[in-house]
Amino acid sequence: MSSRTLPLLFINLGGEMLYILAQRLRAQNTPADKAKKVMNDIITTMFNKKFLEELFKPQELYSKKALRTVFDRLAHASIMRLNQASMDKLYDLMTMAFKYQVLLCPRPKDILLVSFNHMDAIKDFVKDTPNILSQVDETYQQLVEMYTPLSSGEFQLIRQTLLIFFQDMHIRVSIFLKDKVQNSNGRFVLPTCGPVPHGTQVPGLIRLFSCTGEEVTRLQFNNGGNYTAALREGSFETFGDRVTKLGTNMYSVSRPVETHMSGTSKNSAQHTKINTAPNPLAKEELNLLAKLMGGLEIQKLGNADSGFRVNLFATDEEEEEALITRPDELSYGVINIQATKDQQANAELAKIMGEFTESGDQSPSASSKGDDLLAMMDGL
Amino acid sequence: MYHKEKSIQIKNSASALYNNLSVLRIAPRRLTYFTVVHANVVNMVSASWDGLNYSHRQLQSKEPNVATSTSLIMQVAFCVLPSRDLLVVTSQKGIQIYESDGSIMVYWHALDTSDAPTAQAVFARGISAVWDNYICVGVSSGAILVFDVPSKGSNITLSEVLEEHKEPITDIASECSGSQECIADLVSADDGGNLCVWKSGKEFQLLNKIPGFDMSCSSVKLWKGIVVAGYGTGQIHLFEAVTGILHAEVNAHARWIYSLDIAPFSGLLLSAAEDSLVRVWHLTVTPETNSVEVAHLHNECVTDTQICGAKFCDGDGYAFAVTGYDLSEIIRYTQL
Repeated sequence: MSSRTLPLLFINLGGEMLYILAQRLRAQNTPADKAKKVMNDIITTMFNKKFLEELFKPQELYSKKALRTVFDRLAHASIMRLNQASMDKLYDLMTMAFKYQVLLCPRPKDILLVSFNHMDAIKDFVKDTPNILSQVDETYQQLVEMYTPLSSGEFQLIRQTLLIFFQDMHIRVSIFLKDKVQNSNGRFVLPTCGPVPHGTQVPGLIRLFSCTGEEVTRLQFNNGGNYTAALREGSFETFGDRVTKLGTNMYSVSRPVETHMSGTSKNSAQHTKINTAPNPLAKEELNLLAKLMGGLEIQKLGNADSGFRVNLFATDEEEEEALITRPDELSYGVINIQATKDQQANAELAKIMGEFTESGDQSPSASSKGDDLLAMMDGL
Repeated sequence: MYHKEKSIQIKNSASALYNNLSVLRIAPRRLTYFTVVHANVVNMVSASWDGLNYSHRQLQSKEPNVATSTSLIMQVAFCVLPSRDLLVVTSQKGIQIYESDGSIMVYWHALDTSDAPTAQAVFARGISAVWDNYICVGVSSGAILVFDVPSKGSNITLSEVLEEHKEPITDIASECSGSQECIADLVSADDGGNLCVWKSGKEFQLLNKIPGFDMSCSSVKLWKGIVVAGYGTGQIHLFEAVTGILHAEVNAHARWIYSLDIAPFSGLLLSAAEDSLVRVWHLTVTPETNSVEVAHLHNECVTDTQICGAKFCDGDGYAFAVTGYDLSEIIRYTQL
């Protein structure tokens, strides 16, 4: 569908990831300098120039599996380590949060305001680090250039593409349940009250006109809800009041992040055929983004000894429990490259990954690199 | 005025696409077919009128080239012609036409993706049968493909390409009153809210162009010479097709309208939107005084659901069916 969806999906999911990690780092009493390093490293990787260039190219949306791989890499772009269960939970929270924001956006165009809310928060995280800040500022420019000229219909197509990506996801999120924005069956509450979107009138009026254009009758009808007039429009520039709260940080020290796994199995019983249909070229989904992301990660391996673990659960026992009890249909099936398995494979992989680092300035011809990588994966 | 009946369960949930429900009533067999799109799959249900038998079928958008990514379906609609009923499926890759029970594909038309600028999405959307033998399908470039359909067999041919719209087609509808007096028999709508009114024939004739107001018109209907158009702003406008005169403006919904339908024998209008509401209206068209009246009759709220399809199940509007995003059922309502 829309070929402009991926940047918005990535930036918003990335933003949610940062909110969650920031909260967990605080909850675990991580020393301030370490926490800051984690956030800075992840944001630097997220806004890597080459990576963003690839991201912003017009392309179809990645599969859930492929996108999850990208975020796995991103989460590990720092000295922080996450276990499988914590990574699963992190991804659940990120995706459900963004699904909520997309659904609740009054107008499709407001997804851009949600993206700006995430960007504004990211900018705030790195405001003391000029070199990362400039990367973030450049991304603002790219977003404004790419998205502000789009029509309402094009934004709706982007929204519809995102909704297909999020189809049938009903994971219950504790913070949403508490705030009563999600029902116990995992579906979000869609209120029939509140302000109408900018550009829409409060429903309830029928106007009839004569052939000469004069209004001849006005009729009112009961709209079945409790709507109020639209609020002012948010700013679509690189700064300004976005007006909407969607996309702002809903976590704080006192509001922990939890998901409920039980009770979701019966709802997700009818999983879609798209994810389970055998695709002979599934490995091709180890796409350029994931490769780029992985390439950036390899650089950090030298710091492994200073790594520390972040837990998305309250205790280690809970984390273990979550891994065991996670329903099958909710597993993401992440594609892992175990680069350490084979000496020769490792060297090849490292060489290819090396091509994508900042120091290298050649733009790789995707096809031959892809073949090498695929051949290697077959051998693993 | 209406009460809820037993829902029909479908195999997958409905995707958020405009006009995502199509209904075909087969009186001689006392059956009704329903189709709902889920990503790249069409869910078809055949429901017997006594409510005892349901059978399901799924159609996938087939690609000639397996290696490429899946082709998402934009819309599915039944096309009723005097000689035969067909099922048309429009996707990112092209147009497929099946026999109405989905059993055999009789025609496949691939979309030409070569001359579209890379950032523009390519897809087909907007389906309508018109006159005795035409099926019209819209394309993201704004073009409308006119297919000539023989009374039987698979010798369907592309008869004409209408190039009037500049923005992606959203919906197409034909005159449904059955009246022979209406000059215009087709209306097409696009993402800019522009409407084109046509007369069908060996060469289609453009009768009128009604400009939009930079807001997508997601659903359109044509009845007794009146165009009924639903917009992303939640408004419904009624225009006289041939002259473009605006007869009525309704602040109908609080969110984007996704579906409109008309019951031609009674003049009932159905509108459904992302705001969870389905509304029933009554249209009165008096040609002698050239006046149009709209009255609001009824609301149904499908709690916590963004509705994506709503259709009457019969020509009088005695019953209607509704689909919603992420919902794996077709909800039905009948008059009390």
